[in-house]
Amino acid sequence: MKKIQLIIILILTLFPSYLNALIEVDITRGNLNPLPIAVSPLYSDNDTTNQLKKEVNVENIGSEISSVIENNLRTTGLFNPLERDAFLQKPDVAHLKPRFEDWSLIKAQALITGKVEFKDDKVRVEFRLWDVLAAREMLAIAFTTVPNNWRRIGHIISDKIYQRLTGEKGYFDTRIIYVSEKGPKTKRIKKLAIMDQDGFNTKYLTLGNELVLTPRFNPTNQMVTYLSYFKNLPRVYLLDIETGIQEVVGDFPGMTFAPRFSPDGKKIIMSFAKDGNSDIYTMDLENRMVEKITNHPSIDTSPSYSPNGKYITFNSDRSGYQQIYVMKSDGTNVKRVSFGNGLYGTPVWSPRGDLIAFTKLHKGKFYIGVMRTDGSGERLLTENYYQEAPSWSPNGRVLIFYRETKSNSDGEGFSAKLWSIDLTGYNERQVITETDASDPSWSSLLTN
Amino acid sequence: MIFTKSTLNIILASCFALLLSACATQKASKIDSQIQGDVYTGTDTVEYLADGVPDRVFFATNESVLTTASRDTLRKQAAWLRKNSDINVVLEGHADERGTREYNLALGERRANAAKDYLMTYGISENRISVISYGKERPVDSGSNPLAWSKNRRSVTVKAN
Repeated sequence: MKKIQLIIILILTLFPSYLNALIEVDITRGNLNPLPIAVSPLYSDNDTTNQLKKEVNVENIGSEISSVIENNLRTTGLFNPLERDAFLQKPDVAHLKPRFEDWSLIKAQALITGKVEFKDDKVRVEFRLWDVLAAREMLAIAFTTVPNNWRRIGHIISDKIYQRLTGEKGYFDTRIIYVSEKGPKTKRIKKLAIMDQDGFNTKYLTLGNELVLTPRFNPTNQMVTYLSYFKNLPRVYLLDIETGIQEVVGDFPGMTFAPRFSPDGKKIIMSFAKDGNSDIYTMDLENRMVEKITNHPSIDTSPSYSPNGKYITFNSDRSGYQQIYVMKSDGTNVKRVSFGNGLYGTPVWSPRGDLIAFTKLHKGKFYIGVMRTDGSGERLLTENYYQEAPSWSPNGRVLIFYRETKSNSDGEGFSAKLWSIDLTGYNERQVITETDASDPSWSSLLTN
Repeated sequence: MIFTKSTLNIILASCFALLLSACATQKASKIDSQIQGDVYTGTDTVEYLADGVPDRVFFATNESVLTTASRDTLRKQAAWLRKNSDINVVLEGHADERGTREYNLALGERRANAAKDYLMTYGISENRISVISYGKERPVDSGSNPLAWSKNRRSVTVKAN
């Protein structure tokens, strides 16, 4: 994949420091009153529109970028993008100087305007975010990039808006890697697939000749680690999604599985199973040194580092049943942290460091939940027939996971889909994929 | 006819008892043919390595302990392997769909190794046996019900050559 270059040309204005408070969106509560926001279609003159229509085959690029932004904002559950039909002011005029009365009339509290230009084979997009009630500009930024990156511009603008209004980094200029599934349960065909966070630009990275499971992004670059049954030997692999080059991780005489990267991207942590016992190992990707982290006759698996790299949370049945544990990254100081009723699996440390997301099985139901890293404050976010494997958005606000439906005795009725839910437990929604899907992993922000 | 109260009671009680035991036997025999406790005991998915040598053993939920029936099956497999010393086997460990994917991979490996250990105690050399876990990835029954899950919690002995 081509390395994407984005240049922020200029920041038109810095945040003005006025005394009156500008709008803020509180993301810590389930937001039952999403902020009404008007996304005025980005303006492009006829020449630009026609040239870009030829270049990237979209009818009206400004309008399309605005749709990307609207969709991103809507899926957060924090914003309510208003119907364009109700807009009174023309996009080009609004971008120069909004008539705030017109926008407050349709109940917009925030307004986004912008302009697209095409020059020297590059697209230049500028946008402004306005506080309608305070009649103020809050943010203005311009980007230049190659035409094919137009959707990413929409994502980056969404990130800037989200950050300005919530005070936290966004998660829109990101991708999801997952396992695409097809066929009957007894002979399921699985392929690695990658898509933009909003479900566009799906690409398949393997052909489906061998079983593949649990892909995870390196948080620092475009590498992926996953489990493949290539030649019927289940092993952890490393894949560079830009070059397509892949290699086996380590030289283990048996199954390696449940891989994840360390937060600095330099190590892979995984399980190695031998003689009926699974323990946790790390391999340094630079010097290829392998280290054994746990040494216990129980099943130790699903390891995940804390964001500072000092701790590891993992899944073990050393108490007799599947529970969640935390230890120092050298394997010492092992402490059980899950003590509720039921079985606990797939712990994943939040990128903010304060929470562990998990799957819980209790009385025949599966839950996605979060707890503090000492196991206190357990909150179950969603209950279903089957769901597991949460993965955090890079800002730690949203979890993506997969959910399977029950099948009848002939295997009919089965499906596997990706879902996301806000950390608050609100805003649960299906993430649309081209095929059935499982094992999602969220990338870091592609640009900061 | 006139019954005393106590006779009537006795008759009623015995009728009730009969009814109960009828229920119990019917229910028990239905389960017996399929699952005992949590372990599958039927044969409809079983294949045979040779005449009278079943290819698979079944496990209880979350367990890798071999049942009496499983040990019997594995002794038959061991006897057959001793007679056919040119044959190597792969033990394929599986789990049902009611568990997290990664844990199930480990559980499948543990189940296949339980079978392997037993074959080894009956004289089959370690280098004739390899082990692979499929976790919950390759169910034999695609239903979502306790019977289907019990068929899927298995270790299957497959000829490697």
